[in-house]
Amino acid sequence: MVDLDYLKKSPWEKFVFGLKGFFKGIPAGLKGFFVGIWLKICGLGKSIANAGKEVYDAAKNGDWKTRMSFAVMGFGQLARGQILRGLLYLIFEIVFILYLALFGWKYLVKLGSLGEVAMVEVENEITGVVEYQYFDNSLLILLYSIISIFFIIAFVYVWYYNVKGNKASQDIVETFGKLPTAKDDIKAYADSQYHKTLLAMPMLGVLVFTIFPIIFMIFIAFTNYDSLHTPPSQLFTWVGGENFVTLFGLSGKYGSKFFVTFGDLLLWTIIWAFFATFSNYILGMIVAIMINSKKVKLKKLWRTILVMTIAVPQFISLLLMSQMLSENGVINNLLLEWGWISQAIPFFTDGTLAKVMVIVVNIWIGIPFTMLIVTGILMNIPEDLYESARIDGAGPVRAYFKITLPYMLHVTTPYLISQFVGNLNNFNVIFLLTAGAPLTSDYQYAGKTDLLITWLYKLTFTNNEYGLAAVISILMFVITAVISLIVYRRSNSVKNEEDFM
Amino acid sequence: MNKSAKQKHYRSKKVAERTTSVVLYVILTVISVIWLFPFFYLVLQSLRGGESGIVRYFWPKEFTFNNYIRLFTDEQIPFGKWYLNTLLISIAVTVVQTIVVVATSYALSRLRFKLRKGIMQLFLILGMFPGFMSMTAIYFILKLIGLSGNLFGLFLVYVGSSAMGYYICKGFFDTIPLALDEAAKIDGATRHQVFIKIILPLSKPIIIYTILTAFMAPWGEYMFSSLIMLGSNGTDSYNVAMGLRLLLQTEYISDYFTVFCAGAVFVSIPITILFFVLQRYYVEGITGGSVKG
Repeated sequence: MVDLDYLKKSPWEKFVFGLKGFFKGIPAGLKGFFVGIWLKICGLGKSIANAGKEVYDAAKNGDWKTRMSFAVMGFGQLARGQILRGLLYLIFEIVFILYLALFGWKYLVKLGSLGEVAMVEVENEITGVVEYQYFDNSLLILLYSIISIFFIIAFVYVWYYNVKGNKASQDIVETFGKLPTAKDDIKAYADSQYHKTLLAMPMLGVLVFTIFPIIFMIFIAFTNYDSLHTPPSQLFTWVGGENFVTLFGLSGKYGSKFFVTFGDLLLWTIIWAFFATFSNYILGMIVAIMINSKKVKLKKLWRTILVMTIAVPQFISLLLMSQMLSENGVINNLLLEWGWISQAIPFFTDGTLAKVMVIVVNIWIGIPFTMLIVTGILMNIPEDLYESARIDGAGPVRAYFKITLPYMLHVTTPYLISQFVGNLNNFNVIFLLTAGAPLTSDYQYAGKTDLLITWLYKLTFTNNEYGLAAVISILMFVITAVISLIVYRRSNSVKNEEDFM
Repeated sequence: MNKSAKQKHYRSKKVAERTTSVVLYVILTVISVIWLFPFFYLVLQSLRGGESGIVRYFWPKEFTFNNYIRLFTDEQIPFGKWYLNTLLISIAVTVVQTIVVVATSYALSRLRFKLRKGIMQLFLILGMFPGFMSMTAIYFILKLIGLSGNLFGLFLVYVGSSAMGYYICKGFFDTIPLALDEAAKIDGATRHQVFIKIILPLSKPIIIYTILTAFMAPWGEYMFSSLIMLGSNGTDSYNVAMGLRLLLQTEYISDYFTVFCAGAVFVSIPITILFFVLQRYYVEGITGGSVKG
C-alpha cells in the first residue's frame, strides 16, 4: 500500500489496518524470535572459536611460565612479579577443585536420575517407633548440580582469561620490559576498569536472583515435580516433554480441560492488557487535557486529588475497592438504600461483569499515572499548531485526533509498550481485587478473571504443580517476547514513515 | 448539548465559553468525588464505633479512636510488628537498591565497554520472563537454606535483581552533556572522581526519585512477600500488606473490618505525606523516563 492511501483512511480503518498488520506480523515476530536465538548461539560459537585460537597461540608461542599456567593458574603472573593477580587465580583454582571434589561431584553424578532412594522407614528396635531416614533429595541434587555447572563454566572462563592474561603479560615484558604493579591494577578499577567496579555487585545479584532461578525453572519444566513427587519424602525425575504434552491437552491427568484453561486465560490476558493499557492512556490523556485547559482554575487541586491513588499504597486501594464492590459492600448498600437498584449488583461474582469491573477499577488506579506523564508532554506541543487548526475551523475534538493524539503516540510509544508488557503480568490488580473469582468448573484451578500469572500462582502454591507451572512460564516468556518484538518493529516502522514534524 | 447546535449560532462567544468551563468544572468535580470517595469511606470506617464488621449503613452512628488503639493492643494481630517489619525492610531496600540502581545506570549510560550493549539486551530479555518464574525457584532455594519465612530472605528477594530497574535512571544520566566528563578527564580526574564529584551532585532529582520509589514499593508488595512467608510460623514476620489482607479473610473480617480500615489509614498517612512532599521529583522521574526511546 502506498503511504498516501494510508493517510486517506478514516481513523477506524487505520486502526483495523494496524490490527491486521499486527496479526500479519506474528509469523515474522516468531521467526525473529527464533532467528534471534539462533544468531546468539552462532555468536557464542564464534567467540568460543576465537578463544580457542588464542589459547592455541598461547600454547605455541608462550614461554615456559605461560605454559606452566595452563596447569597451575596464576603461575606466570607469580613468576613475573604480579603477586596479587597470581594469588587470586591460584586461590580460585584451589577453591574450585576442592568444591568439586568434596561437594559438587557427589550431586553431579546423580543428575541423570535425580536420586534413587528418597526415604526409608526404619523401625527403632528399642522403642518400636517408626522413624524415617532421608537419602536423596531430588531438589537438592538438581540445585547443587546446576550450581556446579555454573561453577565449571565460570572456571573454564577464568582459566581462559588466565592463559590469555599470561600471554599478554609475556608480550608486554618482551616489548616494554615492565608490567603494571598490584597498585596500578587496583587504581585501574577506579578509572579504565571502573565499569567492573560498578557492575560487579549488581550483576552478581541479577545472576543469583534472576538468571540462576530462571535456568533452574527451565530444568524443572522437564521433570514431574508435583504434589505427588515432593522431596524430601518423594523423588521426582526427568520426564522429557511430557509437561508440554499435558498442557496441550493431548494426554495426562487433566485431559483437554487444561488446554482450554490455558487458551481462555491467554486470550483474556491479552484482552485485559489491551484494554487496561489503552483505556488508561486515552482517558488519562483526556483528563490531563481538561485540567490543562486555560478555562480551568485550581489546576493543582485537581491534580492533587487524582494523585491520591498513587500516594496511597496500591494494595490498600485495591483491597478497599474489592470490599466496597462486594455483594454486601458499601456501593451496593448505598444503591439499595437510594432505591436505584432492587437487588445487589454481582460486581465480582458474575464472570463478564467481573471482567469489566477489574478494567474499570484499573482505570481508577491508572488514570493519575497517565495524567502525570501526559501533562508535561502536552505543554511541549507547539501552541501555533492548535492556533492554525482553529483558524482552519477545526473544533477541539478534531484538534485532539489530528494533533494531540498523533503527537502523544509518537512520543510515548516506549511507555505504551512497557505498560502493555507490564499489564500482561499484572499480578496485584487481579489478585487483590478478585483473586481470580468467580471460580468456574470449566477451568482447571482457575477463575473467570484469572490472568496467566495469577493462575501460575495458584498452580504453584495451592496445587504444587511445579513442572506444569514452569512450562507455562516458558510459554509466557515466548509470548511476551514475540509480542514485544512485533510491536517494537511496527512502532519503529511507523516512526520512520511519518516522522512527526 | 444536543439542542445547542442551533442556539449556539446566536449566542455570543462569551456565553459559549462559559458553558464549556461550567461543563469542565462539573466533570472535574464528578471525577474528584469518584476518586476521593473510597478514601473518605476508609477514614470514616476507621473511626466507626460499635460493631466492627461490615455494616449496612454508610454514616457511622458513633465515632471513636478505638480501632486505632486496637491495632496495637489486640493480641490476635501483631500490627506493630508488621509495621516495624515493613519499615525495616523498606529502609534496607532503599539503601541497597539506590546504590545498585545508580551505579548500574551510571555504568551503562556514561562508560563505554565491550559488554555494555550485551548487558542491556540481557536485561531486556530477562524482563520478559514472568517475575513469578524466578520467584518459585528462589522460594525453593530459600527453603533449602532455611531463609523462607524470614525477613532477611524477603530483603534479598527485593534487592536481588534491582539492577534491572536501571532504565529511568539511565535516561536521566543520558541527558547530562558528555562534555562535562571530558573536561574533567582533561583536568586529570579518574572516572570514579567524575562520578562522585561531578555527576552525582547533578543527579539529585533522579536519586530522590529512586529513593522514593524504592521506599514505597515494599509497602504495597504482596506477591513476593506472600511466597516468602509461606513457610513462616504465625504472623509475626508478615509485612503490612500481608497482615492487612489477613484481616479481610473470612475468619477475621466480621470482627476486624474497622480495624483493617484503621490500619490502612495508619499505613497510608506517612507514605502519602512523603509522596506529596517529594512529588515534584516523582513527576520528573516518570515523565523523563517514559518518553525516551
